[in-house]
Amino acid sequence: MATQAADFQTLSRRYTADKPFRAFIQKALGGYYNKRDENKANFQDWQGARDLAAETKYEAVNNLDTYLLEFEEKIVARGAKVFWAPNADAARDYILKVAKENNVRSIIKSKTMTSEEIHLNDALEKEGFGVFESDLGEYIVQLRKEAPFHLVFPAMHLTRGQISDLFQKELGSPATDEPEELTMIAREVMRRKYCEADMGISGTNFAVAETGMISITENEGNARLTTSLPKIHVALLGIEKILPKLEDLSLFLPMLATAGAGQTMTCYNTMYAGPRQPGEPDGPEQMHVVLLDNRRTELLADAEQRDALGCIRCGACLNVCPIFKNVGGYSYGTTYGGPIGSVITPHLRGLKDWKHLSAASSLCGACTEACPVKIDLHHHLLQNRRNGAQSSPNPFEKISFGGFSLMMGRPTLYRFAAGLGRIFQPLQGLVNGTILDPLRAWTGSRKFPTLSSTSFHDQWKKERGGRR
Amino acid sequence: MRISLFVPCFVDQLYPNVAWSVVRVLEGLGHEVVFPEGQSCCGQPPFNSGYWDEARSSARVTMKAFRDADVVVGPSGSCVTMIKVFYPDLFKGEDDELEARELAAKTHEFSSFLVNVLGVTDVGAKFDGKVTFHDGCHGLRELGIKSEPRALLANVQGLELVEMSEAETCCGFGGTFAVKYAPISTAMDEVKCASILSTGADTVVSNDSSCLMQIRGMLEKEKSTVRSLHLAEILASK
Repeated sequence: MATQAADFQTLSRRYTADKPFRAFIQKALGGYYNKRDENKANFQDWQGARDLAAETKYEAVNNLDTYLLEFEEKIVARGAKVFWAPNADAARDYILKVAKENNVRSIIKSKTMTSEEIHLNDALEKEGFGVFESDLGEYIVQLRKEAPFHLVFPAMHLTRGQISDLFQKELGSPATDEPEELTMIAREVMRRKYCEADMGISGTNFAVAETGMISITENEGNARLTTSLPKIHVALLGIEKILPKLEDLSLFLPMLATAGAGQTMTCYNTMYAGPRQPGEPDGPEQMHVVLLDNRRTELLADAEQRDALGCIRCGACLNVCPIFKNVGGYSYGTTYGGPIGSVITPHLRGLKDWKHLSAASSLCGACTEACPVKIDLHHHLLQNRRNGAQSSPNPFEKISFGGFSLMMGRPTLYRFAAGLGRIFQPLQGLVNGTILDPLRAWTGSRKFPTLSSTSFHDQWKKERGGRR
Repeated sequence: MRISLFVPCFVDQLYPNVAWSVVRVLEGLGHEVVFPEGQSCCGQPPFNSGYWDEARSSARVTMKAFRDADVVVGPSGSCVTMIKVFYPDLFKGEDDELEARELAAKTHEFSSFLVNVLGVTDVGAKFDGKVTFHDGCHGLRELGIKSEPRALLANVQGLELVEMSEAETCCGFGGTFAVKYAPISTAMDEVKCASILSTGADTVVSNDSSCLMQIRGMLEKEKSTVRSLHLAEILASK
């Protein structure tokens, strides 16, 4: 078994065993559901909005070559530098180069999952740069030396008490249970960091081809400070973040806010169109846009699953996923957790090592139902399973299903095997639930059903025999 | 109407009473029920695990068994989904794609067949009890079945329906997932069973025996007095 698959088993076992933790996550999401539904109801036609969003993203993804170049041309014309990064190494190297060339000492960041994907903080810190997360949730997990737990709610797994303890230990602040006070403690630290930083790194929610702008949506105002106070702004984005037209944002901004956080709109929605322009009193002197591929073009080449590039990283699929709600974000062992992560990680990081994420699903489809851009998530999990079974079949499964199809392909053999099952079933009772029980994975927590003394087939034949 | 009965393999082996209940309800409405004996399994286990060649050989047996059927009815949202939604995918580009599509078109889940094809919501059943309904995921999200079982239950004399908060949340069965990822499957089952118990219902009903196997497995292990019954069993009660 690949290490990643074994780690997933270990971690998911550990997290599911922690009932108070599971209850905490379920409760935390309860508030989100109410707010999300309230705001969905504010749409004249939420399903119609989903259709339009899906079509718009599909159009963008199918014409990346046109839209990305249009975006580049427009933003370069206003003085931004665009770097095309084929992979994570190239993206990190470019950002490091910019930092070194400009004698950067301190770096502040606003929320960017793409930087988690390329492990940017590690690379910057290794080169001696101080890196400081300014999103409150990200700051908290950074202090804990953890990765974000959730795409949108990085610290949702922590209680106020845990955050207070963390701040006491790391910042020497007084104990408090008040969210406002906790926020003020972090804010005091952050304000200093904004002024010290000479490079700000942000993510990007949408890149508008028509106008050559990037759109960042946030609730804390930290992205505005991150992108405007330091003399250099680096915006990092996956190539799939493109939207054709400015007016597309009138759909995508409220949709992202609704699906992502149960809000009508996020508090701050800002467009960035380049560095400080001649005659402007403020803004960064340099703006760098890093367009990251990192195997997204391989997903693009997969016609069956290309729609997954339409993901706007709202996290709605995580919030409704019964797997995510029970195993939490860390079990996945990769940047993008939950259903979307289980779909795209095998593409971004290799099917062989990550196909187990596609198997770890009951295929309930709650994710697909929730996805605002209508990515066919749970069916893509099936396709990943098929592709995985073709390229690297599990020998045990291959033999088992070979036997299964042999049996089911011959109804008489199927009935003979069921008869054997009736003979051997009482033996299972002797070892039920013990280590010798071949059905232990089931019987550990659930009673195993007893085979009926005769099958429906036999009963029908006996009662209605001859009649067909 | 001459109705061909599709009995999923585990219903055949574990829950023959569910199949008989379907027979009684349909015959009670004056229809002829036939049972093509060549059927075995729809092929969902290998299909869901990614072994599509193996799934096809099992599916072909099902297709052959129902070749001459006018209409096929099965008491499982999941197995009917396999035929109705996934056979066309599974046989895409194969020689028998057309046959797969034809079977998909004429196959119906039991409650959907009663309400949407036969136009029946009252089958004259009587059942004394407080029940809560579990929406199987395949029936709910692949076939769009939500109101049909409730319309049928509403007309059962003596029956009180109480909705659970997690009615649409997966029970955690998911076929081989239930044993491959037993701790996760169990955690999901716990959420489901807690929601069932919080309604105070004495019976949990579903239109899918596979979900009920998962739910019942935990309820029985925990020695709960809550019974679990297939919708067909309720509708066949007099």
